[in-house]
Order: sequence, then C-alpha cells, then structure tokens
Amino acid sequence: MKRNKSVSLRINDRCRREQIASNETLLETLRRLGHTEVKCGCEKGDCGACAVLVDGTAVDSCLTLTWAVKDRAITTVSGLGTADTPHPLQTAFIERGATQCGYCTPGIIVAAHSLLQNVTNDPSDDDIRYALSGNLCRCTGYTKIIEAVAEAARVIREEE
Amino acid sequence: MNEAVDRMQQNTKTEFRLVGKPLPRIDAPGKVYGKTLYAGDYAMPGMLHAKVLRSPLASARIARLDVAQAWQLPGVACVLTAGDLVNQTVSTDFPDRVSAKPGQNNQPILVGDVIRYHGEPIALVAAETSAIAQQAIDLIELDLEPVAGVYDPFEALAPGAPIICGSDNIVSQYKVRKGDLEAGFAAADTIIENTFRTQFVEHAFLEPEVGLAWLDDYDVVNIRVSTQNVERFRDVAQALGIAHSKVRIMGAMVGGGFGGKNDITVEIFIALLAKASGRPVRMCYTREESFLGHAKRHPFTITHKTGFTRDGKITAAQIDMTSDSGPYVFLSPYVLMYATEVAAGPYRVDNLHIDSRAVATNNMYTGAFRGFGAAQACIAYEQQMDEAAKILGIDPMELRRRNLLDTGDATATGYRIESAVWIDECATRVIEALGQRSTDSGPIKIGRGLAVYQQPYGRLLWLQDTVEAWLSIELDGTVLVRCGMPDIGAGQISTLAQIVAEVLGLGMDDVTVYNSDSAATPFAGAATAVRGVYMAGNAVRLAAQAIRGRLADRAAQEFGARTELIDIAEGRVFVIDDRQRSMALTELIALCAADGIHRSELAIFRAPFGDPLDPETGQGQVHPDYTFGAHAVEVAVDTDTGEVTVTKSVSAHDVGQAINMQAVEGQIEGAVAQGHGYALSEELIYREGQLVTPSLSEFLCPTSMDMCRVQSIILESRTGLGPFGAKGASEVGLTPAPAAIANAVADAIGVRIHDLPITPEKVINALQSKEDLLSRSFRERGTAGIEEA
Ligand code: FES
Ligand code: FES
Repeated sequence: MKRNKSVSLRINDRCRREQIASNETLLETLRRLGHTEVKCGCEKGDCGACAVLVDGTAVDSCLTLTWAVKDRAITTVSGLGTADTPHPLQTAFIERGATQCGYCTPGIIVAAHSLLQNVTNDPSDDDIRYALSGNLCRCTGYTKIIEAVAEAARVIREEE
Repeated sequence: MNEAVDRMQQNTKTEFRLVGKPLPRIDAPGKVYGKTLYAGDYAMPGMLHAKVLRSPLASARIARLDVAQAWQLPGVACVLTAGDLVNQTVSTDFPDRVSAKPGQNNQPILVGDVIRYHGEPIALVAAETSAIAQQAIDLIELDLEPVAGVYDPFEALAPGAPIICGSDNIVSQYKVRKGDLEAGFAAADTIIENTFRTQFVEHAFLEPEVGLAWLDDYDVVNIRVSTQNVERFRDVAQALGIAHSKVRIMGAMVGGGFGGKNDITVEIFIALLAKASGRPVRMCYTREESFLGHAKRHPFTITHKTGFTRDGKITAAQIDMTSDSGPYVFLSPYVLMYATEVAAGPYRVDNLHIDSRAVATNNMYTGAFRGFGAAQACIAYEQQMDEAAKILGIDPMELRRRNLLDTGDATATGYRIESAVWIDECATRVIEALGQRSTDSGPIKIGRGLAVYQQPYGRLLWLQDTVEAWLSIELDGTVLVRCGMPDIGAGQISTLAQIVAEVLGLGMDDVTVYNSDSAATPFAGAATAVRGVYMAGNAVRLAAQAIRGRLADRAAQEFGARTELIDIAEGRVFVIDDRQRSMALTELIALCAADGIHRSELAIFRAPFGDPLDPETGQGQVHPDYTFGAHAVEVAVDTDTGEVTVTKSVSAHDVGQAINMQAVEGQIEGAVAQGHGYALSEELIYREGQLVTPSLSEFLCPTSMDMCRVQSIILESRTGLGPFGAKGASEVGLTPAPAAIANAVADAIGVRIHDLPITPEKVINALQSKEDLLSRSFRERGTAGIEEA
C-alpha cells in the first residue's frame, strides 16, 4: 500500500503523525499501529468487531477511511480503561461472564459505551439490544452482555 | 441399588470451596481490556502475506494452470501449485476406525486435476503485502472444464450418477437392528411417518481463520494458529514430508470455533510457503474465504416411521438418515455415528431399525459443528414426537413421559447408561419456567414447544481417547499447569485452573495454565466433542491429587497424624480435627524440596475404551456417557408476515456438576442462540454446489435484536464421568432448541414445516397450503364426506 498522506491522529488520547494511504481504512491503520485490540471479523460492516469510538460515537472502523477522522478523538476499548482504572463496562463484563471467546468484546463494549454516553445512561433491555444490533456475538447469546451493560449503567448512574 | 444413584448419594456429601461457584473467568480481564493476543495479532520481522486461489466452480477439471505472470509480479516471493508438493493429499480420517472404506479420496492439498467443490484450493502465493499477494492470485491463468457434478445426496445414490467418492458415493453407513420390527408395527394402533430436513449451516465464529508459520534454527516448522486442535501438527508433517517432531503448532486464544476450527485450516498452506520461501508467512482468511474454506454442518434428511399404541407407547420405530458429506470423508462417518446412536431419541424403543448413510456430492464438505449429528437427530425425533402427540391426542410432555428413558435404562444401541437420566426433571422445569401462556392477538399466534434430548460427551470408545496434563507446585506455593487443551472461548483454561485450585486448596490466581502448544504442553487432543472438562479436567484433577497426596504424606509425617486428616486451604496445611497443628504451605513445600520429594506430576486420563459396534446389529457402547436435558420456548408467529419471534426460551440440563456455574450458563445461553439461528434464519445456500450466501449479511446469525433472554436451569446429579461428577455441557444447549422452536411454530399455526430453517416464506406458504387444504376438504366433505387430513 502506498502511504502518501500525512495526517495527525488522536488515538486513545495520544496524538501522532502518520503516513497513510488515501484508501486506508481506520481498521487497517489501527492494527498497523499495534492496536490489536481492534478486531477484524468481516471488513464489510456486518459484524461490529472492529468498532471504535470517533468523538464518542461508535463506528465500524473497517468502513471508515482514516483520513476522514484525522484530528478527531479515536478511542478503542483499551482507551476506555485498564486493569488499574477499569471502566464500569469492563468490570461488569468480567463479573457477569459477558465475554467468552472475547473476539466481539472490544466492539461490543465500545458500542455499549456509545449508548450510555450519547443516548441514555438508564437504558431498557430493548435500548441495549437496539444499540448492540450491529455487533454480532456468536458465543454468548447476548443474555449476559445485556445484563452486564445494564449493570454498568447502574454503576455509572450511582457514580454520577 | 443402582450405581448411578449410589454415586449420586456419595457425591452430594462433598462440599466444594470453588467448584460450582460462578467465578469470573481468568481469561476475562485480558479480553475486556483488549490485551489478549489472538493468533492474528502475532507478527514477525520479514514476514510474507499469503493468499489462496480457489476454484470458482464446484465440479470441473483443470485444463490449464499458468502461474508465470504471478511469479513475475514484483513483491511476490513464492507461488505454489500441486506440482510443487511432496505429498498431494492429507488423510481426512483415521483409516479403519470408522466405516470409511479404502479407495475413498483424501483431500488434495492443492488441486492439480479434478475440482470437487466450490472454493477448493488450487494455488498459493506469498508476497510482501497481502495486496500484492491478491494481485498475483488474480494474475494466475486458470482454465476450467466444467464436469457434470451431483448436488443432492439422493441423486448421488441413483444409478448412473457421477461418482464423487469411492465406488458408489457412499462415504459411510450404519445400521441398528433391535427386536422384531414387524411384530412391533403389528402391535401398533397408529403408525406415523414423517420426513424432516436440515440445512447447511456455517459456524460463523467471529475470528476468521488465521495463522503465522516460520522455521526456527533447528528447521522446525513453527505455526501459531487459531485452532481447536494443535495435534494437527502430524498432518502438517505428513503434507511436508518431514518428521512429526519437526512441526510445532501453538494455538492462541481462539475467537470462536464451534467445531469449525477442528480440521486443518491455514496450517499446511503457510507451512509449505514458509518452507519454500525461507521466510515467515502469515495467512488470514477474509470472511468470504472463511465461508468457502472450512467444513459446514451436515444437512440431514431423516424419516421416522413410528408405531404407537392408543395410549402412546412406542411399539416400533424405523428410521432412515441420509447426510450430505460433500466430496471428502473428513468427519462424516463420525457425525453419522453420533446421529445414528441417538436417532431414536432418549426413548425406550424395543423394536428398532435404523439405516443411515453419508453420501458424497459436489457440495461443500461437511464436518464438526456443535451438536455433531446428535443435533440433527434431535430435530427429527422431537418433531416426530409432537406430530404423534397431535395425532394421538395426548399432551406432548405426557407422551414423552410414557416413553422416556429412565436412570438405569439402556440406549438404542443396548448400552445401559450408568449416570443419572434426568430428562423428566429437566422437562418439568422448563415447562414450569415458561409460566403463563401469552394470548393470541389479531394476526399474532402464540405457540409453545418442547424438546428433550440425549447428547453424548467424549469421543467414540474405539478412538481410545486420552489426555495428559503436567502440574508442578512452586516453592512459593503457586502452581503451573501444562495441558495441550486449546481454549476456544468456552473457558477451558479457567475451568482447569478452578479444578486445580479446588484440589490443592489454592486461589484461582495461584494457578497459571499453559495450553495449546504441541511441543511444550502434554497432548490433550482437540477442544471438541464436549471433552474439554471431562477429559482435560480429569487429567489435571489426577495430577493435582497426586501432588496433594505427596504433600499430605509429608505433612502427616511432620504432624504425626494420619494422611487422610491433612487438609490444605488458603495457603496453610493443617490437621482437620486439630487446626492448631498447622504450617504455611510454603514451609511444607520447602520440607518436600529438602527431602527430594517430587513436586511435579504428569498424569494421564483414559476414557473407557471399547470396540466398534456390531456391524450387523449396531449394538454396543458408543460413548462414555450422555448428557440429558430439555428446552421449551414460546413463539409469536405473525401470520401476516410469516415472521417468527421467540419470546421465551428456557433450557434445562443435568450437567452433572457445574465447575464454574457462570461459564456453564454462558455455554448454554450461547448454544441456545445458535439453536435459534439454526431453526429460524441460518442457511448456506448452494446452487449447483456454488455458495450464493458467502457473507454475514446473507447468512443470518441471530443479532441482539433477534434473541430473547435465555433462561438456563442447571441441574446437578453429580453422576457424570468428568471431575466431581461433571457431564459435558458445552454443546448441549444447541441440541434441543431447534426442535422446540419448530414444535412451537407448529403449535401456533397448526401446520408443520418439515424443513429448517423456518423462514417467513415457508410460514406463509404453510399457512396458504393449510387454507387450501381446509377449503378443499370442506368442499370434498360436502360431496364425498372425506375426513379432514
Ligand atoms: S470488521 Fe468491521 S464490521 Fe466486521
Ligand atoms: S464472545 Fe465470542 S463472539 Fe462474542
């Protein structure tokens, strides 16, 4: 791939300048830069495994061209929290058994974050199901994922 | 007294500290923080990227294959075709262990001549980038001459059909003969016959196949790959024509498998390219390639002819099963065996004939998928029971109850089950849990369905299954476990840690598990066949118990107490009835070290071994044991649009003993979701063998919007053969779900759709034909007085 554009990227609160190709997707860029927490499941927008936040809203990084999100805040699941500073969603996913193979998890946590942040922090089960409908999970049947998101929302409301 | 009941009573006395608790899995944090490395996350300096040229046709002959232009493309490091291979094929079966016959074709690694399915690999390219590799693939000149193929197993059996495999397209076949079928049917008041069909299904694990291969300085071919089975190193060695010991396969956390990563995927391709190019080679399938590149679930056509007395007792059953094997043997004989052994369901059938066969076609080849043949069998036997209940005018649960196997009964193959058979208990619980029935409103019709099942766990007895595990206790009291069992997302590693922690009185954090490495971890076979907890769990349990025994002996000597009175918990060793006499575990380990006491153990667990079934009668023991359970659903069918919505879904299983309650629930909920998809939306459509649905927007797995909450009910008889009385629980949630849904739809609309999946089109058509039938019988009754069908 010819990298012919220089853009500044803000990934998980760190700014960097990168050479990218004009047709490079954000998924390709992120993985090339070592963000292996962003997963690839289809490269077509069908699965949501590659979802990241752009200015707080979940997008499929496989359908996003990197140059189009230059200078905007890109957040992956690793940018939401770490073992030392876990996000309530991450804690709830661990405690509720909402991750099995874990391949969908980064995308699902990011999509759930987008819901809690932008739509409502008191979601009904249907709100959660709707918000996650672009993220396939083949392992869990979603039951524990929905529980975990609801639990995280409760924790977040209590913190506020 | 019955042995199972005996065992049950012994086991219920035991109290566990960790086992059975819903503990967070040890692999969960890495996954939610994005730290876990999957096979596709590994890279090496100087690595090449590889692509496969696949056949666009399902049945053809290669007239011309020219790779000259591909070689010339700058950035291309290596191009391989069949002519470059040392060995042309890999065996896709254990010869002589199943009914596969000599002369059947093994799968070519790369096709040089005859193409037998759509997507069959023809050439490999490794290049500096995957874009260049793809460009090179496009530059390969390929002329194909179409060859008449066969795309339906029944057509493949007809005289004059093209021969795809062996001499008659029959890949394998079995029969079961028990009792006196004729007498059984003669004793029946009603004979009911139905044919049910199931479709091709895709695993759709979220992580497509991926791997990285490189040669080390000892000329060992190292492969890091997403796999359920690191022991495929033998097949890779065979393909490369090198010693088994010169191939090492390492897994990683697997992004879903469900049986689809049990066979070889990219391993041989990247090994060949790494060897030929001398550089590391990575290959990652696109989603479309993943659809084209691995075995699918076998479609089955199953006919049941069942005799019943007026009061609902089964007097005889004749069952015929045909599965589509695709062009190669692979696991077809095994899947067929599982389907055959449970074909009659968990019912007492004294007069029984079963005939089953796997038939070769030019459709995609088929293999392992959660439920492994037992799922397809259940779809048929449980719909048949509901059809019978309707005709006999008996409540579906009551009809089942009158025929169900009970603890101590024999299976259809004449094996007396030693563990608990809690089907009635499970069925009663799921029906209860459905609660109040919802009411129809306008075009929305409510229906309810039940299904029970019998699912084997562990491998066929004549495959002599064993697992080894190694364990050592460190000077600081922490434990290292080595066991080859891959973790495919079901929590295999966490479960092993929990078992070890239980036995040694440690915390989960004290146990580190190394797994899935054919060179460094003792062989544990594949993470398939519901054998992870049963086999590997037992192996680590044995290893932990051996170490515990030696520690306890030394402590007993120190305290002057009997070994049985020594216990270990929370880092201390003590005498049970005199806790004053105690010491830190680390102190005891230091004593052992000073005495030269062995602090590690390599244990082997052997499943029961046995002979294949009698080929004439099909009688004998097939599997070590079975899991039993039930599923019930309520559905709402929109009779205007044909849409089926599952509104309640309850799944109950006797799992023997849950090791990690939360993980078991998770397995069941996920398997149930796959069962929902199987019943309602998932179908790979092949036209003349050509896959026309190669994406996740055409092959429809349930999304969060399609699924309702799944309620799982876990019963624990503690009578299984796994550690602490556990039975297999990873596949069972799927098995009864599709039949329960099909039964609920039939209940809602009053007519049965015999072919899965139950799509809106089929519902509308069924409603239409029911109306036609009603109005016809109305007319006819007016004139000739014919009874409504
Ligand atoms: S990889 Fe982006 S949606 Fe599937
Ligand atoms: S946990 Fe495996 S796909 Fe969701």
